[in-house]
Amino acid sequence: MIIRSPFLRTVRLGISSLLLHKLRAFLTTLGVLFGVASVIAMLAVGEGASESAQEQIRQLGSQNVILRSVKPPEDQQSNQDVRVLAYGLTDSDRLRIENTYPGVRSVIPVMQVPEEVRKGTRVCRPRVLCTRSDYREATGRVIYEGRFLSELDESLEEPACVLSYEVARHLFPFSSPVGESIRIGGEYLEVVGVVLPRGPVGQVSIDSSTEVGGDLFLPLSAGRRMFGTTQVKMRSGSRDITEVELHEIIVDVRKAADVPMIADACRAMLIREHNDKDWEVIVPLELLLRAEETKRIFNIVLGSIAGISLLVGGIGIMNVMLATVTERTREIGIRRALGAKRKDIVIQFLVETTVLSGCGGLAGVALGLIIPAIVEATADMPTIVTPQAPALAFGISVGIGVVFGLYPAWRAANMDPVEALRHE
Amino acid sequence: MTPQTQTEVAAELVNVRRVYQMGSTEVAALDGITHQFGRGEYWSIMGSSGSGKSTLLNILGCIDRPTEGEYLVGGSPVSTLDDDQLSELRGARLGFVFQSYNLIPQLDVLENILVPVMYRDEWPAWALDRAKDLAERVGLGGRTGHRPPELSGGQQQRVAIARALINDPDLILADEATGNLDSKTAEEILEVFDELHAEGKTILLVTHERSIGLRAELTMKLVDGRIDEVVENRSS
Repeated sequence: MIIRSPFLRTVRLGISSLLLHKLRAFLTTLGVLFGVASVIAMLAVGEGASESAQEQIRQLGSQNVILRSVKPPEDQQSNQDVRVLAYGLTDSDRLRIENTYPGVRSVIPVMQVPEEVRKGTRVCRPRVLCTRSDYREATGRVIYEGRFLSELDESLEEPACVLSYEVARHLFPFSSPVGESIRIGGEYLEVVGVVLPRGPVGQVSIDSSTEVGGDLFLPLSAGRRMFGTTQVKMRSGSRDITEVELHEIIVDVRKAADVPMIADACRAMLIREHNDKDWEVIVPLELLLRAEETKRIFNIVLGSIAGISLLVGGIGIMNVMLATVTERTREIGIRRALGAKRKDIVIQFLVETTVLSGCGGLAGVALGLIIPAIVEATADMPTIVTPQAPALAFGISVGIGVVFGLYPAWRAANMDPVEALRHE
Repeated sequence: MTPQTQTEVAAELVNVRRVYQMGSTEVAALDGITHQFGRGEYWSIMGSSGSGKSTLLNILGCIDRPTEGEYLVGGSPVSTLDDDQLSELRGARLGFVFQSYNLIPQLDVLENILVPVMYRDEWPAWALDRAKDLAERVGLGGRTGHRPPELSGGQQQRVAIARALINDPDLILADEATGNLDSKTAEEILEVFDELHAEGKTILLVTHERSIGLRAELTMKLVDGRIDEVVENRSS
């Protein structure tokens, strides 16, 4: 079949020349294929990991500063049978922040109670958080049904509670929990609402034996009345008594720009007021910025590795094309004698390298889309293939074909036709 | 030699020298050749090995340039042309027939015949029909889809001749075109050349075989890069 378009004719000729050495062409293509596939797969895994990290941080609230109580190191405690350990954040810390810093929308206290939650025979251990009505707004929890805690609940010390979705499903598999009562320790509470669950951060708990995960919210005032601030833990031969007024203080800042300043002020205040380092300050915004920086470095590292693998593929192409040019010296001489210009020879060989790298690139894109899907299915890691990644990888592979094909093509074009025709 | 008017001259050499540098010594493969090849003439160029016939053919075929002197094709000097223009000239006005056929193995018969057309800037409308006619003419009309390895030596050389004719060249240059063929097949190829000559084509045939050289109308004998004698072969 005679093709009239010069370009298509050259492409067809290139393909038929490559097919003269199928195995060689295939192996060369493999180099590019794996290069491209690894670029896409690595970017997808990297993007997925950083996206889920950023999502977790975002759920903490980028406008929040979170203060947490931390148990001081054990060596400061004596080896008594009964130990009372008081540490952590206090109500006065909260009031000091509330009264001192302008630009703070609200300062939300959180106290955590290590109690089981029961409904009939069903038991679970969610985070039991005693807090105020503005907790929902600061953390962006979404109501699924009923309502969240109210200011009235707080002031009346109502035995009301709000479940997160997973806790609700566990305790009330077949019906709505709203209006029902549940038991925590010896106390009964009425469920007034259900909120949607959130990512893995919500499940980080002081007591790690949580079976179901999820949260349960009740008014701080009711929590203090029912459970107090001291917690007793039985150990072999001793009892640990800890007293923690507040496990967490969430500072909801009006403007994101003020977050670093307020975080620093909180740190300074805590250093001044606490003798021990029994607190930590978490700034999601800082974490977010750090995560973005990490992502950038991650991308550079991944990009370099992927770039090296593509480079190796490119060198493979160049190597094969140099061999091909030597092998086809006589053909080049014939073509030159029959009227081919240098340009025609360059184009002929560039088309061959581009066909090689383009085929490798296409197959690599296909493989690069499959690998993240497999990773996601088997390793349970989130992956994100951005639309740019396959386009970028394919573009680079074709570019590498051209760049690494240039020298062999140039060598072919600059052969002396007389010498080339004499070549055996 | 009688002076010829420019339109009658297909190719002209004016004091052409081709010098190769072999280390510190210079070797003149062609040493001052002045000659005119008239249009429609059938020449054989003969000489022993090293006499300069291949070098002369390379210069006549514009794949090599003279070190000194001038070579004119159809009256226009070649030395003023750049590499691209020289390529165009080779493709459009010269036809090559090589000793070892030099077909391109990946291409079939028809595509091989069309190779010189492929490097034209535009694809001429007549190309495909002409290629088929030429294949028919050299007796390969039924084998246009075959690739060179599927053809005999004689058939391959016929394809090469058809390829040399596709652009209707001013000059057909044949370098030992029958050197790789048995005598019967060689005779068939030479008959094709005879026919082309009868049609008025200008043919330059390089050979070292006297019997083949004598078939041409005129013979140029080279010795040490110079024209030793020019003979008119009465028998042809």
